[in-house]
Amino acid sequence: MSSILIVAISPIDRSLLDPLVEPLTRAFGPRVEVSRSQTLEGSFAFNVSRNQYGSTPLISALLDRFDDFDGRILGVTSGDLFVPVLTYVFGEAQLDGKVAVVSSHRLNDELYGLGADRKLLHLRLLKESVHELGHTFGLLHCNDYLCVMHSSTGVEEIDMKTERLCPECRGKLVSNTAG
Amino acid sequence: MANNHKALQPSILVVDDELSVRDSLSKWFKEDGYRVGTAENANRALSLMNEGPWDVMLLDIKMPGMDGLELQKRLKEIDKDALIIIITAFAAVDTAVQALKEGAFDYITKPVDPDHLTHLVQNAFRAKKLTDENWRLRQQMSELSGADEIVGESPQMQKVIDLARTVAQTDTTVMIRGESGTGKELVARTIHANSSRKYFPIITVNCGAVPETLLESELFGHEKGAFTGAQYRRKGKFEMADGGTVFLDEIGTISQKMQVQLLRVLETKQFTRVGGNEMISSDFRIICATNRDLEAAIADRSFREDLYYRLNVFTIFIPPLRERRVDIPPLVNHFVKKYAASMSKPTIDIDPEAMDLLIRNRWPGNVRELENVIERAMVLAKPPVIRPEDLPFQMSQIQEQNSPQNDLLTSWEKIHIEKVLQKMGWNITRSAEALGIDRVTLYSKISKYGLKRP
Repeated sequence: MSSILIVAISPIDRSLLDPLVEPLTRAFGPRVEVSRSQTLEGSFAFNVSRNQYGSTPLISALLDRFDDFDGRILGVTSGDLFVPVLTYVFGEAQLDGKVAVVSSHRLNDELYGLGADRKLLHLRLLKESVHELGHTFGLLHCNDYLCVMHSSTGVEEIDMKTERLCPECRGKLVSNTAG
Repeated sequence: MANNHKALQPSILVVDDELSVRDSLSKWFKEDGYRVGTAENANRALSLMNEGPWDVMLLDIKMPGMDGLELQKRLKEIDKDALIIIITAFAAVDTAVQALKEGAFDYITKPVDPDHLTHLVQNAFRAKKLTDENWRLRQQMSELSGADEIVGESPQMQKVIDLARTVAQTDTTVMIRGESGTGKELVARTIHANSSRKYFPIITVNCGAVPETLLESELFGHEKGAFTGAQYRRKGKFEMADGGTVFLDEIGTISQKMQVQLLRVLETKQFTRVGGNEMISSDFRIICATNRDLEAAIADRSFREDLYYRLNVFTIFIPPLRERRVDIPPLVNHFVKKYAASMSKPTIDIDPEAMDLLIRNRWPGNVRELENVIERAMVLAKPPVIRPEDLPFQMSQIQEQNSPQNDLLTSWEKIHIEKVLQKMGWNITRSAEALGIDRVTLYSKISKYGLKRP
């Protein structure tokens, strides 16, 4: 299975990145690391009228920046992401492609009027990271509500599912990466 | 295999002139496992209808050229059950409301909340599933209820019913023969309703009613552009009947060219749509019917002998009504009950004199004519009884119909003996008693006049 490089996209709370390495290694393979030298400046993708960052331009920029990298790129930002037709997205990925981006912005309980919960924030970000990376390995949304590939449009749904792939999606991942 | 997969995978068509909207919605739905098509304008959307069917269609209201409202109308003309969700900006909500009035499932305003979009699309698919299920159940109900009970107590009709039920258990091709109006389609439906194919459709093609030029497309379907005016692909009857039965009525009327094509399809169960190359397979049973003398048609070379033998595997002959007059009273009672129910009238009795008229009429139009006469009488009759004056013929006309062409006593005798034999269901003992002669004399008269049991 190919390696995964985690790249910070500003604005970013860098303390969110390192805790992703070990669980992502368990999920996808032996080589997961955080890029220490490279950070993507996200301001170019900022949309003033929506006060959000476009996730699609961020994916394009990561594709250009890491053209030579032979693995998956996971861009992580603390900025709020959107695609034009939707009010927000937790993340976006190239289906069966190279790049995924995730945002921690709406995963933070403080945004919902609750107290800060760092542990929960880390877990939610991990689930969304596995989910979007799963798309880059060709996985589609899963009907099993405990599977990490289950579609979630709210944090409540993210909390319901686990950070793991169900046996069926695990089988598809192995089969998709075997060749 | 690929086509089956395509048909099973739920599909969404996104029509929007903005590339970013098409791309983001397409990606969103693909991750959910949908087959997604995109079109940048109405014309492209209409051309993509050939790659359908699309379960759900999302249409932008504001597009250059034909707008979403007009496109919705066009799509509904092609597929009246099309499930359409309108995409609009806040400023165009009035237009979206207009779209709802014209049959759109719902509308969304850009940008849409992902949770709302997910639930809306799920609801749309649920509605689509219910509509499809409802349609299937209605079809099945109409197939089952369409198979009216065959009414007939005569030995001839009991034999027809037995043959129909027996052959229903097999996949044998059946040829039903009989005069016009004897109930050939009813027998075909009875065979289908008693067969293992009963949960699939029975598709009727009246070969004599479809113009020769259109029959090929009617049976095999056509591809877009196969002929002038063929703007969209259309499935043919053989394709529609997959799993079920095709009833080819008036088979004796088809052209020599169609006979060759039909023979090929019956042998392979494979065909191509008109103007197409793709080989379509369909699993159907053939029942056909004719009132034409096919043997004579073979002799004068207007009907192919090889097709005749392919179709004439198991023949059921339905005798004309005049040869089984014992069936008339139960048929009359059946139609009276049927029309009393549909006209919300109380059950009406038949005056004995009126029944006598009905039994003695020659019925050249057979059961269909009898049904029409009863329906008319039910409209005219003043409850609680149908009287002779409610019937469209009188005794004098019947006597004229049943009269011989000359005044010879033997001509009258022949008609009278035949009438009594039919009335008694060809029971020789009872007929002889009714005629006041012994059985040997009756046998010799039957032989003399060349009378034959139907």
